[in-house]
Amino acid sequence: MNLLAVILFLLGAGVVAGIAERINANAPRLVSLAAFVIGLAWTGMTWLGGPDAMGLYGHTEFDWIPRFGISVILSMDGLSMMMVTLTMFLGIIAVVSSWDEIEEGRGFFQFNILWVMAGVVGVFTALDLFLFFFFWEVMLIPMYFLIAIWGHENKAYAAMKFFLFTQISGLLMLFAILVLVYLNYQSSGVITFAYADLLEADLDPSVAYWLMLGFFVAFATKLPSVPVHTWLPDAHTQAPTAGSVILAGILLKTGAYGLIRFAVELFPQASIEFGFIAMLLGVVSILYGGVMAYSQSDFKRLVAYSSIAHMGFILIGVYAFNEIGMQGAIITMVAHGFSTAALFMMAGAIQHRLHTREMSKMGGLWVRAPRMGVMTLFFVVASVGMPGLGNFIGEFLALLGAFGANVPLTVAAAVGIVVAAVYGLSLMQRSFQGTPNPDVATMQDFGVREMTVMVLMMVALVWVGVYPQPVLDMSTPFIQSMEALR
Amino acid sequence: MTADQITALMPFFVLAGGITLQLLVIAFMRSHSVAAIFTAIVFVAALAFVPGAASVGTVVIHDVVTIDGYALFFFVLFGIAALATILLCYRYWEERVDYREEFYILLATAVLGACSTAAASHFVTLLISLEVLSISLYAMIAYPQSGRPPLEAAAKYLILSGAATSTMLFGIALIFMASGHMDFAPVGSVAGNDAVYAAVGQGMLLMGIFFKLSLVPFHMWTPDVYQGAPAPVAGFVATASKAAVFAALMRYTVDAGLLETESIAFIIVLVGVISMVIGNLLALLQTNLKRLLAYSSIAHLGYLLIALVVAAELGATSIGVEAALVYLAGYFAMTLAAFGVMSVLSGADGDLEDLSEYDGLFWERPVIASVLAAAALSLAGIPLTVGFIAKFYLFAAGAENAQWVLLWALVVGSAIGVYYYLRIVFLMTKKPDTESTLPTAAPAGLVAVVVLGLAIVVLGIAPAPVVDLVQSLGGP
Repeated sequence: MNLLAVILFLLGAGVVAGIAERINANAPRLVSLAAFVIGLAWTGMTWLGGPDAMGLYGHTEFDWIPRFGISVILSMDGLSMMMVTLTMFLGIIAVVSSWDEIEEGRGFFQFNILWVMAGVVGVFTALDLFLFFFFWEVMLIPMYFLIAIWGHENKAYAAMKFFLFTQISGLLMLFAILVLVYLNYQSSGVITFAYADLLEADLDPSVAYWLMLGFFVAFATKLPSVPVHTWLPDAHTQAPTAGSVILAGILLKTGAYGLIRFAVELFPQASIEFGFIAMLLGVVSILYGGVMAYSQSDFKRLVAYSSIAHMGFILIGVYAFNEIGMQGAIITMVAHGFSTAALFMMAGAIQHRLHTREMSKMGGLWVRAPRMGVMTLFFVVASVGMPGLGNFIGEFLALLGAFGANVPLTVAAAVGIVVAAVYGLSLMQRSFQGTPNPDVATMQDFGVREMTVMVLMMVALVWVGVYPQPVLDMSTPFIQSMEALR
Repeated sequence: MTADQITALMPFFVLAGGITLQLLVIAFMRSHSVAAIFTAIVFVAALAFVPGAASVGTVVIHDVVTIDGYALFFFVLFGIAALATILLCYRYWEERVDYREEFYILLATAVLGACSTAAASHFVTLLISLEVLSISLYAMIAYPQSGRPPLEAAAKYLILSGAATSTMLFGIALIFMASGHMDFAPVGSVAGNDAVYAAVGQGMLLMGIFFKLSLVPFHMWTPDVYQGAPAPVAGFVATASKAAVFAALMRYTVDAGLLETESIAFIIVLVGVISMVIGNLLALLQTNLKRLLAYSSIAHLGYLLIALVVAAELGATSIGVEAALVYLAGYFAMTLAAFGVMSVLSGADGDLEDLSEYDGLFWERPVIASVLAAAALSLAGIPLTVGFIAKFYLFAAGAENAQWVLLWALVVGSAIGVYYYLRIVFLMTKKPDTESTLPTAAPAGLVAVVVLGLAIVVLGIAPAPVVDLVQSLGGP
């Protein structure tokens, strides 16, 4: 099917959801859910249908602004396929996780969710740099609205910070894109933004290094990596549950995807030179994120900091420049999408019930809500990196890859896994175990709706953890074609 | 006059004839609706002659006026801005003043002045057109009978703009003395003592023009005038008057090789950079939407200087001119939309200009708020809006000519700008705590605002038609 149609379908569903509110207050979430289920069904069928001779699951191409050689090029290879599937799946989770949470402006809320996801699908499939940047920004504004309108007590600050970090780093990327196109125009005489053409661009190594940095800053901010991570704890903590699920589950992955697809692929030589610094940043993110997570008293903020740590593994995996490391990074992207989405959903559910995120006001919740306890335990253990679950495979492969590139940094990163166990178990201990908090007399346990999506994510994590080969196979063709790994 | 010349001038004739008829119409029948509709018909009729005028190609009339695709592009822009202004100000005047009909004559003369400024290729035409435009604007700004702010703004504009015009005039005299030319001829060949006179003359001319464009450091009047002017008029001042002066500056720069004098090239780059930075920094501090838009317009005119420099370096048919035209088209849509929203939401007791009054607009007036949000995001240069395409065009133009200093200023300015434009959007999304006291929007104003909002988005997604058009114009 036409890939543009998929994006337009999500955008259109957003408009329908926005209007549907006038008919019935509950209609928007149903429209939104239906849209993501249809989207997931479509990706599932396309996946099963297998790739074409070029290894693509879909390709759409036509002129957009011919004056600047800008085209709409949407293309889905295995890596994109995987990320789009994850997007659709997490769309369902996001809608379900905020099923009862939103009281006002429900139509506009679902509108924003669908538009973010449309932008994300665009980012994962665009192979024209202008179009890519376009979608990069499309997903930004609805996300801003999600935080600014439906966020918690400090939403204004968090939303603004999120927007400014992403926007300003995005401007740097735009600058880099335009300079790249211009230099390519000078050497080849053709103005083009097409990814495939720019891969061939003949660049002076020192210029390439600066351009690579422009891309790297934008993607590292989104990822996020230390030192441009400070927007994340605020944005995640203040966002409504669906917003946190989308942010952690999928928006951070656009940064990782961008690094792999664009920063490294367009500037292989410069990236290799930069590899040590990037790995160092990754290690610092792992350790810093872990220590900071441990020192939080806010359930959601703890999970947010843990995301920074997990994203560090992606950095060291990608910048190890070998197939194993790259595979590890990609598996981490997928597994972290599930485990963190689940933990944020849990944080949202607890806040919805207790009206607090402070772990000091929790304690012994297991007694009150055993099903929530079991689920939290499962996903905490997954995120800590228990063998048999997806995150373990990802982080193990990333470390294995990094070991081939730089042993001391890998050792330091491996310490991060110990830190993860400390903050993970401390989260579990402080919220669900220990003496039951007398202030929390009752707490409604998960119902069928919540359990269904939780179980779906459990299955996904177990599948990636026990039998990751299908996922590995999906990304292998792209990884093996990567210039930087040769 | 040849037939071609008449065809080329037809839009101008229609407009001028329309103004005369209008005087008669008002003399015989004093009716607000008749005056407004008649003026709208005059503009539409004038615009209808534009394709015919375009079909005869570039026509130069006695060296004083050049009707080419470039001039006609501005004619269309000004015509559309005037139509939008009519729709926006109808109810506005209905509620505020007793004698409303003459305003439309002033609007038409202002447009005539603006259009001929864009077509001027001689200092005499330039000055006369500019004065026709400016004098109409003074009266338009001071039009409300009651209240001091409009009068204050008009007086301020009158005095300062008069000073700027005399500076320009002195500059022109010096240029004429040095080169013997009143048309936009190159003065690069002037040597010796005369070269100094020519350079000083050009500097003074530029000073006057920078004042009219409100570029730093000649920007002080802008926020006060915008704030005092009635909202629909402020929108017209922000767009048409600036674009007319910019059009003339561009034509002069290209024809006279202005940037060949190194010191002048340096001044233009410097003014551009500080306008972008200072305009955006000062806009950060504003709590009044009109003042905010005034400072942001300073920055936007600074961005436009990038296109000017590129056009001067690469020539009349280069990407520089294209970028300027696309940028101005986008700037018209977003600025008029922002002032339009302000106009339709303003009650009889004063303009809705304090930013805090926009709290919660999304929940009370979703359609109007969406237009203002689109305008703000477009001014910030966020994709999906024409502002992004326009800024991208400037960027591409700057990159092609390797104007890295200006481009860095553009990036820094845009980064600062995002913050205060976004704040407008954010305020509108807040939950309102009191019941709305906003007046219901007039249907005509609402139509104008929605069309402008749609233009922002449609041109942002499918800019190819405008890009093709601008590319086919061929420059000044």
